[in-house]
Amino acid sequence: MLSIKNLHASIEGTPILRGINLEVKPGEVHAIMGPNGSGKSTLASVLAGREEYEVTEGEVSFLGKDLLELAPEDRAREGVFLAFQYPVEIPGVSSTNFLRTAVNQVREYRGLDALDAVKFLTIMKEKMKLVEIDQKLLSRSLNEGFSGGEKKRNEIFQMAMLEPKLAILDETDSGLDIDALRVVSNGVNKLKSPDNATIVVTHYQRLLDYIVPDYVHVLYKGRIVKSGTKELALELEEKGYDWIKEEVDAAV
Amino acid sequence: MSKDNQILEEFTSKDYEHGWSVDMEVDEAPLGLNEDIIRWISAKKEEPQWLLDWRLKAFKTWETMSEPEWANVTYPKIDLQSLRYYSAPKKSNKPKSLNEIDPELLQIYERLGISLNEQKKLQGIAVDAVLDSVSVGTTFKDTLSKLGIVFCSFSEAVKEHPELVKKYLGSVVPTTDNYYAALNSAVFSDGSFCYIPSGVRCPMELSTYFRINAANTGQFERTLIVAEEGSYVSYLEGCTAPQRDENQLHAAVVEIYAAKDAEVKYSTVQNWFPGDKNGKGGIYNFVTKRGICAGDNSKISWTQVETGSAVTWKYPSCILKGDNSIGEFYSVAVTNNYQQADTGTKMIHIGKNTKSRIVSKGISAGKSQNSYRGQVQVMKRATNARNFSQCDSLLMGDKCGAHTFPYIDIQNSTAKVEHEATTSKIGEDQIFYCNQRGISTEDAVALIVNGYAKEVLNQLPMEFAVEAQKLLALTLEGSVG
Repeated sequence: MLSIKNLHASIEGTPILRGINLEVKPGEVHAIMGPNGSGKSTLASVLAGREEYEVTEGEVSFLGKDLLELAPEDRAREGVFLAFQYPVEIPGVSSTNFLRTAVNQVREYRGLDALDAVKFLTIMKEKMKLVEIDQKLLSRSLNEGFSGGEKKRNEIFQMAMLEPKLAILDETDSGLDIDALRVVSNGVNKLKSPDNATIVVTHYQRLLDYIVPDYVHVLYKGRIVKSGTKELALELEEKGYDWIKEEVDAAV
Repeated sequence: MSKDNQILEEFTSKDYEHGWSVDMEVDEAPLGLNEDIIRWISAKKEEPQWLLDWRLKAFKTWETMSEPEWANVTYPKIDLQSLRYYSAPKKSNKPKSLNEIDPELLQIYERLGISLNEQKKLQGIAVDAVLDSVSVGTTFKDTLSKLGIVFCSFSEAVKEHPELVKKYLGSVVPTTDNYYAALNSAVFSDGSFCYIPSGVRCPMELSTYFRINAANTGQFERTLIVAEEGSYVSYLEGCTAPQRDENQLHAAVVEIYAAKDAEVKYSTVQNWFPGDKNGKGGIYNFVTKRGICAGDNSKISWTQVETGSAVTWKYPSCILKGDNSIGEFYSVAVTNNYQQADTGTKMIHIGKNTKSRIVSKGISAGKSQNSYRGQVQVMKRATNARNFSQCDSLLMGDKCGAHTFPYIDIQNSTAKVEHEATTSKIGEDQIFYCNQRGISTEDAVALIVNGYAKEVLNQLPMEFAVEAQKLLALTLEGSVG
């Protein structure tokens, strides 16, 4: 589904990603872990098409298409979803209105008819249950005055509405208390299917207790320096990142 | 250049939709401005002597005044002697009914999406259409007159209701008020007149639609709205002009009088030709709009969506004379390319317990300059006056400017005045967030801008709110920084 080969990216001339290789197949959950500043969020941003990052080398194919050639909105329409670490506030625009615009533009791209208000609301009500989100929240301005937990819940709700093929969760656990973490993770798990894949970017193992990964990759200095199964995450939890840093730095 | 800026450039080169003009036979005054021209206009309109005297007095005052230069706008001096002060479509001579209006004129308004045909009418909206210097037709007159409501062209009002015109003309905006108001008083050619008798709630929106067609012609219309005790009216004004290389002058005066317990809601969607993307041409829009809440518990509410004109100079104001009266000003002003807008309001609190609310949303794109200028004045007698002002500016791109000039003058210590101001840029973060959900950049801008202006757009009558939303999106298509 997603194939990343030797991906290099930099911001304002400073290289951040220095040769990422990753293969993700449908139905898989991959966790990307690593110390602060290792390039985890950059990877998520580059895949989603954020402009500040310049891809200097490498290729990314998504469902047979050259992902890097596509505009951010077309990547989304092809099925790439990024749950933001810091969801953006848009004053005066309700979540409902925002999502309806988004859903219908995605549908148009895929050659489907736009949903009318009634159909849209029916689907919305159904998906609201998944993330235990209150309708009142959705009639408020998008993310404005939302608590950290509400913002993240809203991200997963949007994901439910847009039904992506590849979901990238960027530090979705940051700022969540244990209850919110459980609700958000449940939502993600319920959305899992053999046809879609998830990349979970996180600093802590905690989230992986709820969203169990098939593979765990450790990112350090812009490269994946270690890959394994969920046991690797537990090992990191126990020993921290220092042993990996030492291993890598010694090898250089 | 980033992609966002490219889109900004593309969008800002968008053509003005109403830029066409129609060639037709006109009846026009010679170029220039002097007493003879004023006499000529007055004679043309078969005006009574008192009105001619009033005009001439205004002209005398005007001759002693000089053009205001305090506004934050720059433009070459206008040669008022090179303008024409009266131009009327020849065939329109006093149509007795709408059926007699020249089909050519009707077509102009059809093209603008305004139907003067009552059968095909806009949903329950009465329209007075003003082309260049004269009113070409007013719809729903009969329906309204059954309620005692007078809604007609200004010229007609002078003939049919001279006592009302004489009583209220210049009572809110005196001829001596300012340079352009004095000029307007001297040379105004037509406009709309509206009178709502005591206790009547006007059952439909009243609307005036202004269109400048002729070249080298200034449009100086005059609108007078009188709401008697306990009455209510909602009034809408729309404007467009052809695309011409030279600048055209529009200097209107609007006066509103609200008696005890009366309420007037005045909404404007201003879309005069803003000039091309290089700043050539466009309308100079120098307008004086003022309402007086003369009676207790009266209310005047101004809502404006300003997207057009090369230069705008406009401060719809409220004089809150009656106790417990309320003044409101809701504004969205959009400037793009080389447009300049200096707009805002004045709230003069005279009566006790008077309240005013100002919500101004400026949006600047391209190389434009957008200024809010507002004055809140609380007089000695105005115990417990309240004002709340909110002035927000939204910037797109890095070549435009947003400015705020609030003036506050308080002479009563019980007054409570609040002023909030914010300046923001449409963030790349916001755009990217929308993009990531599959929303195109243009639609993202429309969504964000409409969200930003929502509080003001909500004040507009439903049909016009939709129009205004589209207009905003069109004016700012893809404009991101």
